[in-house]
Amino acid sequence: MQAAGVVFLMSLLVFSGVFLIGDPVEMLIAEDAEESDREMVKRNLGLDQPYYVQYLRFVAAALRGNLGDSFVFEEPALLLILDRMPATFELAIFALLLAIVIGIPLGMWAGLKPESISARTIMTSSILGFSLPTFWVGIMMIMLFAVVLGWLPSTGRGPTQSFLGLQVSFLSMEGWSHLILPAVNLALFKLSLVIRLARAGTREVMHQDYIKFARAKGVSRSRIILVHVLKNILIPVVTVLGLEFGGLVAFSVVTETVFAWPGMGRLLIESISTLDRPVIVAYLMIIVLLFVLINLVVDVLYSVLDPRVRLTDVKG
Amino acid sequence: MNRFLTRAALGAIAAIFISSAAMADNATLGIRTEPSSIDPHFHNLGPNNGMLGQIFGRLVEWSPDMRTLIPRLATSWKAINDTTWEFKLRTGVKFHDGSDFTADDVVFSFNRADNYVGGNSGFRTYTKGKTVKKIDDHTIHISTKAPYPLMPNDMATVLILSSDAKGTGEKDKNFGVSARDFNNGSATIGTGPYKFVEWKKGDRIVLEKYAGYKGPLAQPWDKMTFKFIKSEPSRVSALLAGDVDLIDNVPAEDIATLKKNNKVTLSQGVSSRVMYLHMDQFRDQSPFVTDKNGKPLDKNPLRDPRVRKALSLMIDRASIVKNVMSGVAIPAGQFLPEGFFGRSQKLKPDPYDPAAAKKLLAEAGWGDGFGLTIHGPNDRYVNDAKICEAIGQMFSANGIPTKVVTMPGNVFFKRANGGPKSDPEFSLILVGWGSGTGEPSSPLKALLATYDNAKGLGAANRGRHSDPALDKLLVQALTMVDDTKRGALLAQATELAIGKNYGIIPLHYQVNTWASRKGLKYQARADERSIGINLIKDK
Amino acid sequence: MTTLNDAATDSLEHGATAKAVAVETPFRRFLADYCESKLSVVSFGVVVGILLIAIFAPWLAPTDPYDLSTVTVQDKTLPLGAVMGSGQIAYLGTDGAGRDMLSAIIYGLRISLIVGVGSGVVALLIGVSLGLIAAYAGGKVDTLIMRLVDIQLSFPAILIALVLLATLGKGIDKTIIALIVVQWAYYARTVRGSALVERRKEYIESAICLALPKRRIVFSHLLPNVLAPIIVVGTMQTAHAISLEATLSFLGLGLPQTEPSLGSLIAKGFDYVHSGHYWISTYPGIALLLTIVSINLVGDRLRDVLNPRLQK
Repeated sequence: MQAAGVVFLMSLLVFSGVFLIGDPVEMLIAEDAEESDREMVKRNLGLDQPYYVQYLRFVAAALRGNLGDSFVFEEPALLLILDRMPATFELAIFALLLAIVIGIPLGMWAGLKPESISARTIMTSSILGFSLPTFWVGIMMIMLFAVVLGWLPSTGRGPTQSFLGLQVSFLSMEGWSHLILPAVNLALFKLSLVIRLARAGTREVMHQDYIKFARAKGVSRSRIILVHVLKNILIPVVTVLGLEFGGLVAFSVVTETVFAWPGMGRLLIESISTLDRPVIVAYLMIIVLLFVLINLVVDVLYSVLDPRVRLTDVKG
Repeated sequence: MNRFLTRAALGAIAAIFISSAAMADNATLGIRTEPSSIDPHFHNLGPNNGMLGQIFGRLVEWSPDMRTLIPRLATSWKAINDTTWEFKLRTGVKFHDGSDFTADDVVFSFNRADNYVGGNSGFRTYTKGKTVKKIDDHTIHISTKAPYPLMPNDMATVLILSSDAKGTGEKDKNFGVSARDFNNGSATIGTGPYKFVEWKKGDRIVLEKYAGYKGPLAQPWDKMTFKFIKSEPSRVSALLAGDVDLIDNVPAEDIATLKKNNKVTLSQGVSSRVMYLHMDQFRDQSPFVTDKNGKPLDKNPLRDPRVRKALSLMIDRASIVKNVMSGVAIPAGQFLPEGFFGRSQKLKPDPYDPAAAKKLLAEAGWGDGFGLTIHGPNDRYVNDAKICEAIGQMFSANGIPTKVVTMPGNVFFKRANGGPKSDPEFSLILVGWGSGTGEPSSPLKALLATYDNAKGLGAANRGRHSDPALDKLLVQALTMVDDTKRGALLAQATELAIGKNYGIIPLHYQVNTWASRKGLKYQARADERSIGINLIKDK
Repeated sequence: MTTLNDAATDSLEHGATAKAVAVETPFRRFLADYCESKLSVVSFGVVVGILLIAIFAPWLAPTDPYDLSTVTVQDKTLPLGAVMGSGQIAYLGTDGAGRDMLSAIIYGLRISLIVGVGSGVVALLIGVSLGLIAAYAGGKVDTLIMRLVDIQLSFPAILIALVLLATLGKGIDKTIIALIVVQWAYYARTVRGSALVERRKEYIESAICLALPKRRIVFSHLLPNVLAPIIVVGTMQTAHAISLEATLSFLGLGLPQTEPSLGSLIAKGFDYVHSGHYWISTYPGIALLLTIVSINLVGDRLRDVLNPRLQK
C-alpha cells in the first residue's frame, strides 16, 4: 500500500519534471530534420498532447502492466531494464559478498583487540573507505590495475554464459577478470560499513553474560569467536546489509559509468541525459518493487537469525 | 616475483585462447556512442548510419573524406531529363540469406523509409517528393517535381533492405517489420560486407564477415566487436590496456600524450562539422543582451551586421584551436573546410583584431560596449562548454562583459530552437552543424534561409536571420542541375550570408581523432563515423 | 559503541583528573575526552582551517577564478609554479580553462562547503522540528511523519538526488534542494529517537506536571538534551553531502561549468587522467579527501565522546 503510494508520487514527480525541463525530441531528431518531421516524431511519441492527457494515458497503460515504450529504442521500457538487470545484480551481489567476507573478519579483529595498532589502522582506513568518492577510486583502480600493471581488463563485462536462464559472467576466468575491479570498487563503501558494524557488535557481545559463562565453562576461544560471537553479530549485519543491497544497486550507477558495465544503472544515466521518460519511470518503479521485496527477505532472515529463537533451540 | 607469476599465468591462459583463434582475424572497437536501433530506417543518427552501413547497402557511398561519391549498390547514375535520374544497379549482389538483390528491394526500402511510422526522425528529408520506379531488375528511375541536382548525394543516405524481410510487427505499419525484429537479428538481412551476429544493449554489437559480399567496400576482418564505452578516460584506458584495437573520439587533452606513446597510432581527419555562433537577429530587445551593468537594453545591437562582425574580430580562433582544442581543429570562415564542393574561395577565417572590432563597434554606436550571455550545450560537441568559456573570456576582455551558461543538450536545444508557437529563447549561442550532403546547401537552407515552417526552410535558424536576397539566390542554387554553375551560386550565397552579413560567426571545423594500437590505422572519416571496414593494417 | 570496560576506565581516569582540575563543567569534561585522541585534535584543526579558508576565500585566493575578463585559455594546463600571462605565479598550476588551480580549489572548497553545510543546516532545521513534533505530539502526527521518514530512508540518497536533479535541472540552488530532501529524514529519525527516550525521563514529566507551556518544554528542555546526537549526525551528514555533490557533478548533474565545486573540479580533471596534467584532478581530490576525512574523523570522535551511555 505504502509502496503503491510511493510509486504514484514518483511517477507524478518524474513525469512533471521531464515534461517541464526539456524536450526529448530535441535529443532524438536529426539536426537537418525539418519542422514537419519534428511534429511527426512528437505525435508518434504522444508528446503533442497536453500534460495531463499524457499522464492519464500512462497511468491507464501502467494499470494494464504496460509501462510504455522507450522514446529512444522504441522497445518496451520494462524489457530494456530487465534485460540489463542481471549485469547489475551480479555486480551488486559480488560487491556485497566481498564486503561481508572481508569486512566481518576485519571488524571482529578490531572489536576483539580495540586498542591494538592494527585495530586502529583498520578503523581509520574504514573512515577513508567511506570518505573516498567512488568514481575517483574507480578511475585510479583502472589506471593502476589495467593501464600500469596490465593485470586486469579496464572496462566492460566480458563474455557471458547462461545460468538458470540468466546471462552471467562469473562462470569463466575472463568473466571474473572483468568483474573483479568494478565489484571491489562498489564494495568499498559497504566494506567500511560492515567493518564498523562487526566491530561494534563484537565489542558488545564479548561482554554479554553468556560469553562469560562460555569462557568460564572452558570453551575454547576460537569456538567462542567463531560460533557465539559470529552468530550474534550476523543479526545486525544481515539486517543492515539487506537494506543496503538496494543501495548497492543504486550506487552501481557510478561504478557502471566508470567501468562501462552494461547494467541498468548506466541505462538510467543515459535515459536521464536523453530524457527517455518511460525508462526513467519504469526504472524507479522496479526499484520500489525491489525494495519491498528486500524488506520481506530481510524480515524472514531476521526471524531465522533471531537469538531468542536460537536460545529456545539450545534449551530444547 | 608475484607479479611475474600472475603475468605468466595470465599469459598462458591467453595463449590457449589465442591458439584456438589464431586462424581468425578479429577486431574490437571501443566506440563512444551506441546506435539506437538496428532498424535501418528508424533513426537518422551518425552512430546508426555508420554501424548499419556495414550490414546494409546504399545505392551510393561517400569516400571517407566526403569529397567523392562511390558507386555501391548502383554502378552508375545520370540525369536523363530535368526531373528524372536513372540509377543502374549492380548485378550479382546477394543478400545475407542468399536471395538476389533487385530493383524491387530498392522500391520497397524507399517506400518503407518514406512512410516510416514511429522512430526518431528517419530519412523522410531525403525521400520526400521523390518517386522511385522500377524499369527493369537492375534499373530504376527517380523523379521529382522540380529539377533536383542533389539526387546522388541523397542516395548516400537511405539503406536498402530485402523486400522479403518478414517481421512480427503490425501488418500495416512499416510493412510489418518493426524495430524489434531488426534488434534481435531476425529481419537484419542486408547486402553489406558484414552480417549481424548480436546486439547486447549497453555492451556490444558483433558483426561477422559475409563471404558472399560483392561491392566496393573492403572486408579487413573476419569478426568485428563494437564495445560501447561512453566515459572518455575509460575508453582511452581500454586502448592502453589492450582491450580494444581502436577507439574513436579521442579526447583532445590526451592527444599529445598518445602521440608520444609508441604502442599507439593516431589517425585524424577534418570533419564536415563547423562550430559557429548564432545571434538573435529578429528581436528589438533581446533577453540576454544588457548594458554593462546587467540592466536591460531598449535596442538589440546584434541586429547590426557591424556589431556581429566586431564580435567575430574579437575571437582569437588560433587560441581556441591551440588551447581549447589542443590543436585538433581548423579555424573556419564558412560552412565547410577546404576541398568541399560549393565552397567560397574568397572567405577566410577572420583574424583576431580587437582594434578593428572597437572601431566597428564605435561606428555602430556601441563604442561603450554592452553585456552579453553566451549559451551552449555541454554534452553535444567536442569541448563545447570549454569553447563557450573561452569565447566568454575573449568578449569580456574586449569590453563586452559576457556570462557563460551551459546546459545539457536536451534542455539547451529545446530552449534554443523555439518552434512555430514560440521564439528561440537565447541571444547568442554556440552550436555546430555537420553537412550531411557534403556541400553548403544544407546549412544555408537550415541555418540562414528565412524561417518558414511550411516550406521546411530555416529549420535550425536559431537567430532568425532573414535576407530576401539570400533566399532568392538559394532557390536558384537548389534547382540548378549544372554542377559548375550550382557551385558558383552556393559560393556566392555563402559570401553574402556570412562574409557580408555575418548571419552566423564560424569558429572552427572539428577535427576528429581515432587511436588504434600499433600496426593498425584508421582511415579517418569526415562524416565522423567509426566503422570497422575503415580500420586497416598499417604497413 | 563504548563498552562497560571503557566506561569504567574512563570514569576512573576522570576521577583522577577531577582532582587536578578545580571545577569540572560538562564542557570541560567533553573537551578533555575529545582531546584524548591526537588524530581527532588534528582533524578538528583541519576542519577549522578549511572553514576559515572557505570564508575568507576572496582575500586568500591569488586570483578570482570566476572573473572571465582576467582568465584566459592562453594559460591553460600550466604546470606547478609556472607564471601566468598576468604575471601571477600559478603555485598549483592551472586547469583546462586557464584558471589558477590554487584559486579554483579555494573557491571550489567554498562552493562545496556552501552546498554541504547549507543543505545540512536547512535539512537539520526541518528534520529536527519534524522529529521533535513527532516525538512530542505522538499519535497520528507521529505516524504520518515517521511513515514519510521511513519511505525516504528506504531509498538510497543518490537515487533520490539523481531523480530530483534530472527533473529540476542543474544549478547550485537545485543541488542544495536535492541534498536537503535527501538529508532531512536522518535528522528527524535521530531526534525523534532521542527525544522519545528523554521524554520519559523525570525532568520532562515534572515539567509537564508543572504545566509549563509546550513550546517551552520542547525548546528549553527537550532540545538541549537531544543536541548531542544531532551534532554527531550533523557532522557525518555534512561530509556525506559534500561527497554526494561531488559524485553528482561527476555524473554531470550537479553544478554548472563556470563555477566549479571541488567535485566538479575533479570530474573535469578526470578528462586529463591520461594526459599527464595530474594536478588538475589530484589537488582538488586531496582537498576533497582532507575535508571529508577530517569532518568524518571529528564526527566519529564526537560520537564516541557524546555516547549517551557515557553521560551520567
